[in-house]
Amino acid sequence: MGETETVQHTPVASAAGDDDLIEIVDMHKWYGDFHVLKNINLTVKQGERIVVCGPSGSGKSTLIRCINRLEEHQKGQIRVDGIELTNDLKQIDAIRREVGMVFQHFNLFPHLTVLENCTLGPIWVRQTPRKDAEAAAMEYLEKVKIPEQALKYPGQLSGGQQQRVAIARSLCMNPRIMLFDEPTSALDPEMIKEVLDTMIALASTGMTMLCVTHEMGFARTVADRVIFMDEGEIIEQNVPEEFFGTPQHERTKLFLSQILGH
Amino acid sequence: MSDTVQNYVPGEYPDQPPPIGQRGIMLWLKTNLFSSWINTLMTLFSIYLLYLIVPPLLNWTVFDAVINATSRAECREIDTGACWAFIANRINILTYGFYPDESQWRVNLSFVLLIAALVPVLFDNVPFRKFGLIYAVAYPFIAGWLLLGGLGLEPVGTDEFGGMMLNTIVGVTGITFSLPLGIALALGRQSHLPIVRTVSICFIEFIRGVPLITLLFVASTMLNYFLPPGTTFDLLLRVLIMVTLFASGYIAEVVRGGLQSIPNGQYEAANSMGLKYWQSMRLVILPQALKVSIPGIVNTFIGLFKDTTLVLIIGLLDVLGIGRSSLADTKWNGLSNEVYISIAIFFFIACFGMSRYSIYLEGKLEKGHKR
Repeated sequence: MGETETVQHTPVASAAGDDDLIEIVDMHKWYGDFHVLKNINLTVKQGERIVVCGPSGSGKSTLIRCINRLEEHQKGQIRVDGIELTNDLKQIDAIRREVGMVFQHFNLFPHLTVLENCTLGPIWVRQTPRKDAEAAAMEYLEKVKIPEQALKYPGQLSGGQQQRVAIARSLCMNPRIMLFDEPTSALDPEMIKEVLDTMIALASTGMTMLCVTHEMGFARTVADRVIFMDEGEIIEQNVPEEFFGTPQHERTKLFLSQILGH
Repeated sequence: MSDTVQNYVPGEYPDQPPPIGQRGIMLWLKTNLFSSWINTLMTLFSIYLLYLIVPPLLNWTVFDAVINATSRAECREIDTGACWAFIANRINILTYGFYPDESQWRVNLSFVLLIAALVPVLFDNVPFRKFGLIYAVAYPFIAGWLLLGGLGLEPVGTDEFGGMMLNTIVGVTGITFSLPLGIALALGRQSHLPIVRTVSICFIEFIRGVPLITLLFVASTMLNYFLPPGTTFDLLLRVLIMVTLFASGYIAEVVRGGLQSIPNGQYEAANSMGLKYWQSMRLVILPQALKVSIPGIVNTFIGLFKDTTLVLIIGLLDVLGIGRSSLADTKWNGLSNEVYISIAIFFFIACFGMSRYSIYLEGKLEKGHKR
């Protein structure tokens, strides 16, 4: 566990500014005795698009799941939109309202139609009147290019369509931050593009995005910063050109050679 | 290579019916009854068995049966079949127990109102369902008032309740209250709060480890030792509570099975959306878990309804108790077949109805949301 050196990058280590949406300071997490996340320090600014990559088991999913408290951290601080994550349920709910999440396995609600999936949160969490929620949902379904599926059930849709619905469902909550947990890993190759296109379109609207993915093409075109994690640590972070062009750390080089090598 | 195929331009071939012998009744007979010589043999054997059983049964229950008579001897003089006259003679007490004749309209009315309350609960495509549901919530109070009297109606004691009416009251009450209680226990068993979880587990395991009859005995006798002296606590009410608690233990386990079938991702998606615990349960988890649990829940309800006959052990005269005691009448001696068959028909209609409803509901919920 000797290597704690992190290749620091200019915009990161600065003190908390006004436009910092996520601040993670000295954060650690254990599963039982297993130290999954070690000394995580990360600041995400309003509108920043960050791609997190790394070998499987490196803790990247766990990291973003800590940001909306699907996982609890045991040490250090996480502040989202100025609210600190503690055991206080009110604060957790407040944060979850502002943070949308898209999962690897979509996790749409199979007993509700696509439209109902999209309006559930706005109606029950934001107390939006049903009519307004439905109008907004249709708008987002149009943005992800599947308004015609609104009255179908998730089980009747292809994987790519389901993931686009999941993105629309998160957007319906008007989140300030979107977290993506390997959104294309469970998809057939021909459906990956439609989901990535949706995410690229979303990035162009200025949404703050934190995305765990193996899609390095996406990282190159969209990310403001690429973070490489291994064995629970942030090993290296940099702008994409530098990250892919001149990786600093041996493990980063090894990882990049493995996934870009063919 | 035949010429007929060539007559059509590719893409224009019309739909045609299958050839003779490959459709209709003949095909059905051939594939289902006479597909092989073993199948043919079994078909013929079954026909022979039906020939042996059905005609005598029909003769006894219908063609040779007697509906009007005043004693068993008179029945036998008229015909050799079932003496339904006995049932006709006792139908009042079998239905209402000892409920006063002049007030029996109240029982009938509460039964009609029960049906009216069930329709909006069971079917979601009825008009004015919202009002129907509000009425269904109010129904237990209306029924309690009608059956017990008071507030302008002649009071009737619960010791006068009996017959099918008693079974229906115990069954419907148990079913109505055990479902929410069972769901609460199932959620309690999965709770992260250790006290809630421990209490739920202890309750469920205790209920499942003890026979219903034991609980009914506790209700009828031992409860008096635990209550302060002088408190009177209606026997029927005690039975209702015990039956409800008993069924809820079983419902809890059935629902727990349903809850465990819901993937973790559903909880995570609901949580990450900001839904509170009760919202995510009510809107996301329970609708899916209960759908999976329907067969088990209805199974429990059917068992519960049939177990209502156990109240005869602690001296409540349900339909079985009244049927049994009416067998002692010397005028109608030896007609146990007729009595027990009638009682069986009553239970069969109720339980078969529940079973059909569960199948209907499963089919309805199946539409669309295949995973």
